[in-house]
Amino acid sequence: MDQILLLEAAERYLRGEMNPEEKRLFEEMRKNNPEVDQLVVEHQFFLEEMDRYGEIKRFKATLYDTHHTLQENGEIKEVTSSSKGKIAYLWNRYRRVVAVAASIAGITALLISGLTLMITPKAPIQDIEALKRQVNLLEKRTNTQDRQINDVRKKIEPGTAIKFGGTSFLVDPKGYLVTSAHVIQGASRIFLQNSKGQDFHAEIIYTDEQKDLAILKIDDEDYRQPSALPYGISKSSTDLAESVFTLGYPKDEIVYGEGYLSAKTGLKGDTMAYQISIAANPGNSGGPILNEKGEVIGILNARQTAAEGVVFAVKARNIVRMIDELKKKDSSQQIKISRNTTLQNLDRVQQVKKITDCIYMVKVVLK
Amino acid sequence: MSTLEREKELLKGLASNEKEAIETIYRDNYNLIQHLVIHNNGTEDDARDVFQEALIVLYEKAKSGSFELNCQVRTYIYSVCRRIWLKKLQQNRRFETPVENLEETVPVEEDIEQHDKLSHQYSIMRGAMGKIGEPCKSLLEAFYVHHKNMLEIAAFFGYTNADNAKNQKYKCLMRLKKLFFAQYKNGN
Repeated sequence: MDQILLLEAAERYLRGEMNPEEKRLFEEMRKNNPEVDQLVVEHQFFLEEMDRYGEIKRFKATLYDTHHTLQENGEIKEVTSSSKGKIAYLWNRYRRVVAVAASIAGITALLISGLTLMITPKAPIQDIEALKRQVNLLEKRTNTQDRQINDVRKKIEPGTAIKFGGTSFLVDPKGYLVTSAHVIQGASRIFLQNSKGQDFHAEIIYTDEQKDLAILKIDDEDYRQPSALPYGISKSSTDLAESVFTLGYPKDEIVYGEGYLSAKTGLKGDTMAYQISIAANPGNSGGPILNEKGEVIGILNARQTAAEGVVFAVKARNIVRMIDELKKKDSSQQIKISRNTTLQNLDRVQQVKKITDCIYMVKVVLK
Repeated sequence: MSTLEREKELLKGLASNEKEAIETIYRDNYNLIQHLVIHNNGTEDDARDVFQEALIVLYEKAKSGSFELNCQVRTYIYSVCRRIWLKKLQQNRRFETPVENLEETVPVEEDIEQHDKLSHQYSIMRGAMGKIGEPCKSLLEAFYVHHKNMLEIAAFFGYTNADNAKNQKYKCLMRLKKLFFAQYKNGN
């Protein structure tokens, strides 16, 4: 009841229906009691909303009436045509023009063909033969091309059992890729398939079982190296909760996933890895984990079986270390890893579009 | 009267919800908009909805007082309708060919954004009104929308005196406020 009295007072106050004495008392109450003050402010806002609601409602009613009246008086044209209206309209409008144009075209065609028949001398048989040979030549060429295409397809002979699949990504446009060591364990041959479905032969340059990393090199004349990589390999550490994404081949097609960095260490406090909350499946192993700027911060390598969405990734600085080690051992490998990202200010769709070409599926043929 | 003065008069009439002014604006512009909508994958009903929404935009502008007409009413209405219709087409993915421009247009993006905000609040209020049920809804609308006084309301709804009706009105109002603010705070 009190509430109602208060509401009534507030409304009378706002509508200016109070006498000066009442108004003075009420204003004093507002000053001393913040709750009353809040109620008045709130009610004022509400009354304004109410007024506008009323106005629009009345206006809509008028509009409705007007439409109705004008329609009854026939001042608004009723149009019966549906979505095909435009074509019908154009046809009605240009029917005559179309008819005239068609007949002129017909007559002209007849005339020209008649003239051609009259003027043209009979073609010598040799010309026709020559033409035929050319066609044969073309046919031959097409056949050769077909065969070449088949050759490319047969790079992996049918019947070869592909045992394991994983993901890898370029770290140097010359054809050096990084993946997880466990992906290529026990491999006799390795093929990399890009997002367009093309296969390339690759060889293992280096493996580091401890870090669970491996370097592959594409050894295939069909490989066209890109001028530069869109992403860089990050050396610095990443903060908790930073949003990350990955691209990989859990199925025969590239799949995007996103998540966040949930811990700075991996399984049982492993400082070489990050813990990431992301959806990952077998086949995602070896895929890059990228941050918002488009820097590779890790390589996805395992997930916890007991928990949902808990994934571990080897920190990206391990790639740099591994490559340094490799250079010490084998100076013939001139790997220059990409450090700069050009994805910084792009939205995610654009980023992914640029990265996709640098992510390869790893197909392993076991010994 | 020059065209400019005539249009100013029309807008004034529109702002105060005068039937005559609204009828004139309706008569002068409706067929153009109907043509636009129907020839761009729309129906007659679409045309009416789009046109009426545009008139509400114009009404809101005219009422705000800050509106200075720097183009013809016709151009303004056409621009707003075109924009609204394009948006609808895109939402429904019926967008096939770009809507052709038969008339010149003026930029109306901001006005439509403002209108979307207002119409969001309008629909919250309408939703709350729908939820409080009868006779609360009619009682409140009689007072706040149709500006009837409490005596008329008491007589119409069959209350014995105006005070009882008033009491009931405040009870309804409290419920409406609760519903409105719950929705309003959620939505924002």
